[in-house]
Amino acid sequence: MKILIKNGRLVNPATKINDIMDILIEDDKIIEIRKGITAETDKTINAEGKIVTPGFIDVHVHLRDPGFEYKETIKTGSMAAVMGGFTTICCMPNTEPVIDSEIMVEYIKLRAKREAFCNVLPIGAITKGQNGEELANIGKMINAGACGISEDGKSVLNAAMLKTAMNYSKMFNIPVMSHCEDKSLVAGGVMNAGSQSQLLGLKGISNDSEDVIVARDIILAKSTGAKLHLCHVSTKGAIDLIRDAQARGQQVSAEICPHHFTLSDMNVVDYDANTKMNPPLRSSDDVMALREALKDDTVGIIATDHAPHGVDEKNCEYDKAAFGIVGLETAFALGNTVLVEGSWLTIDKLIEKMTINPAKLLGIDKGSIEVGKIADIAIIDQNCEYEIDAKAFKSKGKNTPFDGYKVKGKVLYTLVGGKIKVEEGNLNDN
Amino acid sequence: MLNRKDVLGLRDMSKAEILEILDTAKEMKKRIDNPELRVCELKNTSIITLFYENSTRTKTSFALAGKYLGATVQDLGIATSSVSKGESLIDTGKTLDQMGVEIMIMRNSLTGAPHVLAKNVNAHVVNAGDGANEHPTQALLDLYTIRDYKKNFEGLKVAIIGDISHSRVARSNVFGLSKLGANVTLAGPSTLLGGLHKLGVNTTSDIKSAITDADVIIGLRIQFERQKTMSFPGVGEYRDLFGINSDLLKYAKKDVLIMHPGPVNRGVELSTEVVDCGNSVINIQVKNGVAVRMAILKLLAKGGEKQ
Repeated sequence: MKILIKNGRLVNPATKINDIMDILIEDDKIIEIRKGITAETDKTINAEGKIVTPGFIDVHVHLRDPGFEYKETIKTGSMAAVMGGFTTICCMPNTEPVIDSEIMVEYIKLRAKREAFCNVLPIGAITKGQNGEELANIGKMINAGACGISEDGKSVLNAAMLKTAMNYSKMFNIPVMSHCEDKSLVAGGVMNAGSQSQLLGLKGISNDSEDVIVARDIILAKSTGAKLHLCHVSTKGAIDLIRDAQARGQQVSAEICPHHFTLSDMNVVDYDANTKMNPPLRSSDDVMALREALKDDTVGIIATDHAPHGVDEKNCEYDKAAFGIVGLETAFALGNTVLVEGSWLTIDKLIEKMTINPAKLLGIDKGSIEVGKIADIAIIDQNCEYEIDAKAFKSKGKNTPFDGYKVKGKVLYTLVGGKIKVEEGNLNDN
Repeated sequence: MLNRKDVLGLRDMSKAEILEILDTAKEMKKRIDNPELRVCELKNTSIITLFYENSTRTKTSFALAGKYLGATVQDLGIATSSVSKGESLIDTGKTLDQMGVEIMIMRNSLTGAPHVLAKNVNAHVVNAGDGANEHPTQALLDLYTIRDYKKNFEGLKVAIIGDISHSRVARSNVFGLSKLGANVTLAGPSTLLGGLHKLGVNTTSDIKSAITDADVIIGLRIQFERQKTMSFPGVGEYRDLFGINSDLLKYAKKDVLIMHPGPVNRGVELSTEVVDCGNSVINIQVKNGVAVRMAILKLLAKGGEKQ
């Protein structure tokens, strides 16, 4: 099977290429990249006027399987992924049961092999049951195919426990993906603490609840030498701490979610729980600090924290509603609209933060379009303007604050291992 | 006539609407003392009270307000209803809607719960207190009481003192008083002030300065039940540092009004002397509460836009 992608603009930050190129794929591999390829092919995709990028890699996704299949499954979550141009997604371990053993890692891999539309890499828990008391089978999980460890959904609050996990994780050279939240400071908060929470009478989540754990984890990573990756950074204080650590020569990786660089707490209105997530939408000062951090490369990764929920879990009292929003099907469009159109990032930088940088964090041979590599590719119309329609999401979760939001940039094709999963913007589900 | 479906808070209510309610309440008040004046304007109007949180005065006040207008008032005992079987607020609301309820009066411990209910039912929804958000009818009765004595609000110095951060009464009063031109100061221990300065009012922990030249002092109950961890060392320290007693009261204007939404922790936020002094209108507030609630029920039932 040969596929030729013709006349597209190849944007491949890993090799610093931004030029019109043809790409020839045979079976699952890229076999030729140059201008003006003419070859006998089974299919030719005319990508004129479009950009061709490596398939996106999302290091932070909740697939809800096992245990919460009414919210999402590996099948529906990966369908949403390819619709958004993602070809590899990492799923967080806060399922029921928790992904804290090699058996659970094998389960995810088996499910993914049967029904996934893209590559799925499980992330193992740091502690058994995410209870913060005993180390999970980290080594066995890594040997079974886990790509990192995380307690996502909460922090390992016992510093000694986290320090042991960090120390142990070094043997496997895996990222420790840290969710930073001091529960005692959150104290039942449901949105950012600020003038808007005061106006709405909702209990606030202060920036310091995130910042103190970011500081602690940076310190522990320094003393253990662990590969620290900070999940969904949302505050200016956290950015300052990361920047300071990097200036001192410490390797600290971090990710920012599209909703955090797009919206502020002023978008929390009418007690609509589709604006409720953790960390919360922060102040406009924080939003600006996040955009700056992406611009100056303090933060190298954009991740979605895709968090699907059932309808009733959002259509209820704000305090009762679940935290989290879906993100896979809106991530690129928001990045392109807010960051590229807003002159914060070049398109190359945006793609870099969604492809090669996450690949490097995970230590996987993906995120670059080069001869000999697996053909994980997205083809995008960067200029296509449209309104986001939550009802059309392939994810089971329709919980997004971006329904009806005007954006620019649409994924037209997604190829996973040389197979066309999205064609002309439609899911290829046969 | 009040041109709205629901009364959820004073944050989104205009000055004109507030004044219309206060004016109507004035007429209603006459009926409380004089049963012959209790014309049954709301005969055949079906009202239900849903109190997800305990209350004596607010619930009784609403029930009597409805009855004085001739309405049928029913209480949904939350503990014995399907709510205890896990029924969602939206489903409970839709059920009551089908039974022909015209006005739902709800108290709930969750901020925004009445807003969620209002969006999902045809009936009018009146907020009788939601979480630490708003308690509009309490603020309206406070405004009514203040206007009764002070005639107008422009430039009035109002000190609200006590457990500010847990108080929906303080918040609704801040919204209402600010709209009417009063100068509001919130006072209490720094740990109970929250971030309320962000609403554009003065905040201080210096009780004496808050009281100095005050026209109105509203004491707030220390809500021990809402404090997950104590925000001050104890009742004794609170009384000594922040309690209002006769000595402090000397700094206020001679004709200062002493108010409190009740129930009072006597000897904590207000000394017994202050509660019972000649400037105290705490009991009169209760009567005005019935009048204000009658006004709201009448205005909603007669003029409010129903969905």
